[in-house]
Amino acid sequence: MSRVRFGIVVFPGTWSDRDCAHAVAQAGYEAVRLWHDDRSLDGVDCVILPGGFSYGDYLRAGAIAAHARIMTAVRSFAAAGGPVLGICNGFQVLCEAGLLPGALLRNRSLQFRCEWTHLRVEGCPTRFTAGLPADRPLRIPISHGEGRYHADPETIAGLEASGRVVLRYVDAGGAVCDAANPNGSLHGIAGVASAGGNVVGMMPHPERACELVLGSADGLGLFRAVAGAEREPVGPR
Amino acid sequence: MTVAAAAEGPLDAGERRRVAERLGREASPTELAMLGVLWSEHCSYRTSRRLLRQLPVGGPRVVQGPGENAGVVDLGGDLLCCFKIESHNHPSAVEPVQGAATGVGGILRDVFAMGARPVALLDAIRFGEPTDPVQALRFARVVEGIGWYGNCVGVPTVGGETVFDPAYRDNCLVNAMCVGLVARDRLRHARASGPGNLVLLVGADTGRDGIGGAAFASAAFDHDREQKRPAVQVGNPFLEKCLIEACQELATVPGIVALQDCGAAGLTSSCAEMAHRGGVGLDLDVAQVSRRERQMTPAEVMLSESQERMVLVVEPAGVAQVRACFERWGLHSDAIGTVTASGRLRVRDGAVIAADLPLDLLVAGSPEHRPPAHPPADLAARRARDPLDGADPPDPRRALQRLLLAGNCGEARWVWRQYDHMVGDDTVSGPGGDAAVLRLRGRDEGLALTVDGGHRSSPYAPRTAAAAAVFEAARNLAAVGAEPLAVTNCLNCGSPDQPVGMWQLEETVAGLGDACRALGIPIVSGNVSLYNDTLGHGIPPTAVVGMVGRLAPLARRAGIGFAAPGHTVLLVGPPDPSAEPGAGLGGSELQRVLSGGCHGPAPVVDADREASAQRLVRGAIRAGLLASAHDLSLGGLAVALTDACCGRGVGCSIQLPAFLGTDRRVQTAWLFGEVGARFLVSCEPASSAALRALADDEDVPVCELGTTGGDELSVLGLLAVPLAELGAWWGGAIAGALAAAGRA
Repeated sequence: MSRVRFGIVVFPGTWSDRDCAHAVAQAGYEAVRLWHDDRSLDGVDCVILPGGFSYGDYLRAGAIAAHARIMTAVRSFAAAGGPVLGICNGFQVLCEAGLLPGALLRNRSLQFRCEWTHLRVEGCPTRFTAGLPADRPLRIPISHGEGRYHADPETIAGLEASGRVVLRYVDAGGAVCDAANPNGSLHGIAGVASAGGNVVGMMPHPERACELVLGSADGLGLFRAVAGAEREPVGPR
Repeated sequence: MTVAAAAEGPLDAGERRRVAERLGREASPTELAMLGVLWSEHCSYRTSRRLLRQLPVGGPRVVQGPGENAGVVDLGGDLLCCFKIESHNHPSAVEPVQGAATGVGGILRDVFAMGARPVALLDAIRFGEPTDPVQALRFARVVEGIGWYGNCVGVPTVGGETVFDPAYRDNCLVNAMCVGLVARDRLRHARASGPGNLVLLVGADTGRDGIGGAAFASAAFDHDREQKRPAVQVGNPFLEKCLIEACQELATVPGIVALQDCGAAGLTSSCAEMAHRGGVGLDLDVAQVSRRERQMTPAEVMLSESQERMVLVVEPAGVAQVRACFERWGLHSDAIGTVTASGRLRVRDGAVIAADLPLDLLVAGSPEHRPPAHPPADLAARRARDPLDGADPPDPRRALQRLLLAGNCGEARWVWRQYDHMVGDDTVSGPGGDAAVLRLRGRDEGLALTVDGGHRSSPYAPRTAAAAAVFEAARNLAAVGAEPLAVTNCLNCGSPDQPVGMWQLEETVAGLGDACRALGIPIVSGNVSLYNDTLGHGIPPTAVVGMVGRLAPLARRAGIGFAAPGHTVLLVGPPDPSAEPGAGLGGSELQRVLSGGCHGPAPVVDADREASAQRLVRGAIRAGLLASAHDLSLGGLAVALTDACCGRGVGCSIQLPAFLGTDRRVQTAWLFGEVGARFLVSCEPASSAALRALADDEDVPVCELGTTGGDELSVLGLLAVPLAELGAWWGGAIAGALAAAGRA
C-alpha cells in the first residue's frame, strides 16, 4: 500500500496544524503543510483544515479563510470526492465555504470552553468515521468559543434523515442529554458530513486524543479510517 | 496620559538639573520624556534594585539569569527552558480585558524573543470579594482577557491561582507567566552589536496607545483612575501569533544579532537596553516607523507601547531574508536605524534631531530611590493577638462549608475551563492539580509548573509569608513527583514611599532570598510591581513565585485525588499544628472567613523541615509507593481532604489521632491550621511500611489518618459530609459568588 499523505492547511492564525501533524504521525502516516496562499494541494491524499483562529477570526470565525487562495483547490478536491476533515476552526471554514451546511454560533454559555466531551459515532459511514466503534462513545476534548451548531429546521431534519449527523455530544454512558451538550448545539450535533461522506466537519479536537498519556487515544480512529479507506471509498446510503 | 505628563513622571527638579549638567545643556522635551519613563520604577527598579541584588541567581543549570528578556535553565541534552513572570496589575484595574490580555502578550514576547517556542502560560490573579458586583465584573473580564489572548495564540494556559480577598479590592493583581523551550544553539539574546548593523522594527504599526504606561504602572491610583484608560494598550493576539511563527522561522536565518520585545516604554526601552547591554550606540529615525495615527511627535513614537512589536538587530547582508520571512506572515518590517559605536541613543525625525542621550545616563543613570522603611506601629500587638480573638472554635462542618464557598479553596474550574489548556499536545496534567505537567517530546520526562502567592499574614509577617510562597511552590512540584529547577518571581507591593510599604518590600525580598537559598533554587527572572496602592491603602505584599521543575520518569507521577477505596491515608510532616505558635491560624483562610481578621502568630517556616518532607514525597512517588499526593496549604488539612475526595469522587473516613484529645481549639487547629512542610498522601496498605521506612530515613513524621472509600468525607466526631454536597461546595463556589453578584 502506498504511503498515505495528509495535507494540513496553515492559515495565518492556525494553531492546531502542529498537533494534527503529530497526530497523523502517531497514526503512522505522513503529514505535509499546505500554505493558505498556495494554489496546489501538492498531491495529498487527504486534506485537514485544522483548528485555530484563522485571520484572527475577524469578521466571523472562518469567514476570511473560506476565501483564501488554497480553498479553490480544496473545493475541487472535495468535489472530486477527496477526503476533507475540518476540525474546530476548520469546521467553521467549511461551513463558511459552503462545503458543509449550517453555521457555528457563539457558545450558549457565551464563554470559551475547553473540556473533555464524549461523542457518539452515528449516521452514515463517512471517510473519517467508518469503522469507528458505535458501541461506546469516543472521549475527545473541545476547545472553542463559537461551536454551537445551528441550521434552519429543514436543514437539520434533512441532515438527520440522511444520516449526515455523524458525531453527537453524549454523556459517558452514550446518552444524549442537555448536560452533555457543551455549547448548545442543535440536537447535540458535534460533527456533520457532506452528502458524499467525504467532507466531515467537527468541533472537537481528535488530534488531542491520540495518546493515552494525554488522556485518550480515541481520536486516532478518524485518521486511520480515512487512510484505510483510501482505496475503497465509502459513502452514504 | 500626555507626553508632557509622562515626562514629569519621576523626574524631579534636582534630577532634571543633574541631567542638564551631564548633557551640558537643557534636555529637550523628547529627552525628558524618554528619561522619565526609563527612570520609572517599572523600568529602572530604582527602589528595588539594591534589594534584588541579594537574591540567589546562580546555579549549575542556570544558562541565563536576570537581565535578559527571560531566564533560562538547562534541561540537559541541548534543550533549554526559558521562562518569566510579569505583572499587569495597573492596566487590568482600569481596563480588565485589554489589561490582562496584553499582560499575556507581553510575557509571551519576552519568551519568544529568546528564540524559544512558548509552550505554556500560567496566571496568578487576585481580586476583592467575588460577591461584590464591581469585583465580579473585573474578575470575569480579566479571565476573559487572559483566555482570549492565550486561546487565540495557541499557547496552553496550564495552571494558575485565583484569590479573592477584600485587600485587593482597589488594586487587583494580574501576574502572567510564560514558559518556552529552545534548543541550545538557537537561544537568542537582546544585545546589540556591530556598528553598521541595522535596527528593524517589526509587527504592528505604532500608535498613541499605552503612552506613559510604564510611568502609570509606577504610581499609585487616586481619584482619576478612569482618566488612565489611554495608558492601557490594546492587544491583537492574531498579530502576536504571526510574530511567534515568524520568529520561530528566523531560527535558521543567518545574520540576526539581537531580538528584543518592544514592551513597557516602547522603543525607548527596547532600543536603549539592547544597545546598553551590547556596549554600543544606536541612531534611530522615527520618520521610518510605520504609524497608525497621524502627526505623532518623536516623543510619542518613542514612548508608544503599541503591542505586538519586536525590535531586531540584523547584519546588512541578512536583512532581505529577515524581511521576507516577516512578509510571508503578513508582517511589515521597518528599518528604523543603525548600530553605532557612539554609546549614545540618537533619535531624529527625518533631518531634525529629537534626542541625543548617552546610554549610561538613560539606562543606568536613574538615581536610586531609598525611602525610609519602618514596620507598622502595631506589629508586636498584631503578631501576639489570638487568631480567633478568644471566640469559641467554629463548628467544623460549617467552617469547612464557609471556607469552600468563599471561593479560594475549592476548584477553580469556572476559570480554567475558559482557557485552552491542551493545545500543543503536551499537557499531561493541566489545571486543577498541585502542579501542571507537560511531557517533553522524545524523553521519558516532563516539566512541572506552578505559581503560588505567599501566605496571607504578609502585611505583618512579610518575610515568612514570602518564604512560604517559595516553599508552597516547591511542595506543589514535589506533590506531582518533580524536582525544582528554578524560580521566576513577581513582587507585588504597595507604595514604597510609605515607610511600612518600604519595610514590607525589604522583608518580602529577604524572605524570597531566604527560602530560595535554603532549597538551593536560583531565581532566574522576575518583575517588580510597586505602587499597588489606592488613596494610601496598599495591597498586602504579595510575592508570586513561578517555579519550574523536572519530572522523571514521566510515568512516576501523582495526582491529588484519592485513587481507589481501601487505600491508607497519611499525613506527612508536622502532625499537630496546635504545637506551633498561633496553631497555624494566624492570617489563615479560616480566620479570614470567620472574622475577616489578619493577625496572630504567622506560621513558622522551617527550611529543613520543608526540604526533607519534599524529598520524602518525591522519593515515594518515584518509588511508586503513592496512589495520591497533595500539598497542604490554604485551609489546611480539611481542605486538602476535600480536594482529595472530590478529585475522583472517592470518599474517606478519618480518625482523630489520640494526641489531639478533646480540646476543640486543638481539633480546629488540626483541621484548619496552615502549617508548612505538610502533605496529604494515600497508598495501598501494602506500601505503607515502605513509606514509613523512607520517612524514617528522612526523619519526617508520618501520621496515619484513616482509609479511603465510601461516599462521604468523614472525620470521626468532627464532621461528615456526603460527597455530592461536598462537591457542590468545592466546585460551585465561584459560580455561586458570581450569581450572588448578579453575574450568572
